[in-house]
Amino acid sequence: MNKQKLHDLRVFAAEIRLETLKIIGSRGFGHVGGSMSMADAMAVLYGDVMNIDPKNPRWEDRDWFVLSKGHGGPVMYATLGLKGYYPMESAYTLNQPGTDFPSHTDRRKTVGVDLTTGSLGQGMSEAVGAALGSKVKGRTNHVFVAVGDGECDEGEVWEAAQFAAHYKLDNLVCLVDNNKRQLDGAVADVMSHGKGIGAKFDAFGWHVIDVQDGNDVEQISDAIAEAYTVKGQPTCLILNTVKGKGATFAEPSGAHSSQPTKEQWDEAIAASEAQLAAIRAEQ
Amino acid sequence: MSYTLIGKHEKDSRANRDGYVSAMLEMMETNKDLIHIDCDLMGCINTGKLLKAFPGQTFNAGIAEQNAMGVAAGMAATGLDVFIHSFGCFAARRMFDQAFLAAGYSKLPVHVIGSDPGVCAAFNGATHMPFEDCALYMSVPESVVIDSCDYAQTYALTKKLAKVPGLSYMRLIRKGFTTVYADGSDFEIGKGVTLRDGTDVTIIASGILVDEALKAEEQLAAKGVSARVIDMHTWKPLDAELILKAAKETGAIVTAENHQVSCGLGSAVSNVLTDQCLVPLERIGIQEQFGQVGPQDYLMEQYHLLAADIVAAAEKAIARKEK
Repeated sequence: MNKQKLHDLRVFAAEIRLETLKIIGSRGFGHVGGSMSMADAMAVLYGDVMNIDPKNPRWEDRDWFVLSKGHGGPVMYATLGLKGYYPMESAYTLNQPGTDFPSHTDRRKTVGVDLTTGSLGQGMSEAVGAALGSKVKGRTNHVFVAVGDGECDEGEVWEAAQFAAHYKLDNLVCLVDNNKRQLDGAVADVMSHGKGIGAKFDAFGWHVIDVQDGNDVEQISDAIAEAYTVKGQPTCLILNTVKGKGATFAEPSGAHSSQPTKEQWDEAIAASEAQLAAIRAEQ
Repeated sequence: MSYTLIGKHEKDSRANRDGYVSAMLEMMETNKDLIHIDCDLMGCINTGKLLKAFPGQTFNAGIAEQNAMGVAAGMAATGLDVFIHSFGCFAARRMFDQAFLAAGYSKLPVHVIGSDPGVCAAFNGATHMPFEDCALYMSVPESVVIDSCDYAQTYALTKKLAKVPGLSYMRLIRKGFTTVYADGSDFEIGKGVTLRDGTDVTIIASGILVDEALKAEEQLAAKGVSARVIDMHTWKPLDAELILKAAKETGAIVTAENHQVSCGLGSAVSNVLTDQCLVPLERIGIQEQFGQVGPQDYLMEQYHLLAADIVAAAEKAIARKEK
């Protein structure tokens, strides 16, 4: 990837982080951890990879993105707002009465959201259906689905994984946000994954790519480029991420959801602004 | 809506499931957006015919019902019209969270076929005997819920369901059962069918209880009682207008269903009457019991789903009328 593109994606990821904090900060509490860990993957998908048209969100031949870990809604709202699907400010109504921006992503509410998620595991099946449906329709698009490592406790994830491999859905790419924390603590303590989530996907017949730093836009880009060359099977990216990445109050603890003080919010947003300025200045 | 009543209490030589399969075969020929998903039960409902004729539109999801429903919703979101089948017990209980959110809440056209409802599960026994499948689907806002009674009705309503824009559920007996209607009969979703007119009491039945209701009407007539019989194939949206007309004109109602009365047709009719026209109501159906194994006719006797039970209920309802 050329340096300019790389720089642009790093800037976009920093913008997504700042907006995610502002969105959740507008309500004062929310799922900061699993939103912030996804910012870099969102930057690569919406900043480079995906074939989309913000002016025509349900364009038939678009690439799809399903946030199966639906509680990460804010990072998606930040991304879509920055891409111009709607004015950014509208997302600052997160979880206010009557809002179109609920905690969990909802195709009925938010422009640019392809499928409704929130009951963990379902988004994976829905994405598999969208990938199969796209093939039935004769389209050449791709479907991306993001699942959490905690979400991989759900049996439905593995039912969907076996279905996708059986039907050779090579237009499907699953990104596992492997941030190693779930609501009650470390994934390893709450419900461990045997030989590992990647090993499981491999056993289910997927092409698996271990992305060592899942918060590095270049590594994510390279992995998706590899996924596009794979024929006859779906691809899974294990993104080794840091929960709460870039949120000063959340990153040290890896908290699933946070309700920091006003001062902590101000500090986090200021730090995020400084981080964005620093990345912009790098070029 | 135009139909021809046969009602001779004779068994159809054809399996009821083939009403579904025939309708799908015809529609798939011209509608390339029509999809059937099964859960390793193609052999039971004869949808292997669909897979053979239209392999690009028919998919087996294996024994993984939750995923199958999620996949159905995802496919529907791409612009396809999706039917999905499992036994009624799994089509309701096993895939309900997915049906509720991914299909129902998301307003996607997913049509669920639940086979062998209630006592029709017969030799599969208690574990496979759904007396609550319609209750689950009726609880989803804006859903359509149907209890089909025979081959001709299954065929006609399958074609109507393909046009429903959201979540729908149709339960149907797989095997051959008593013929109520002649082939070519047509029905409208949400419109009950008055099969026999009457003045003393109205029997509102659906599914395998329609034929029992017709028999009950004949037995009541022999006793000098004039009973109206309504086939209420659609439980939701319920034909409240027809129920209220019957309540006002006959002054007593009996419901008959192959489902828990506390959360099915009887309770739905009761809601209408309570809100708008209180008349004596007696409800034939499952009374807070689980299923059990046995031949279907034995089970109908055990759960008091026979014409004689309907007759007794009708007499009781009439006796309760204010003198």
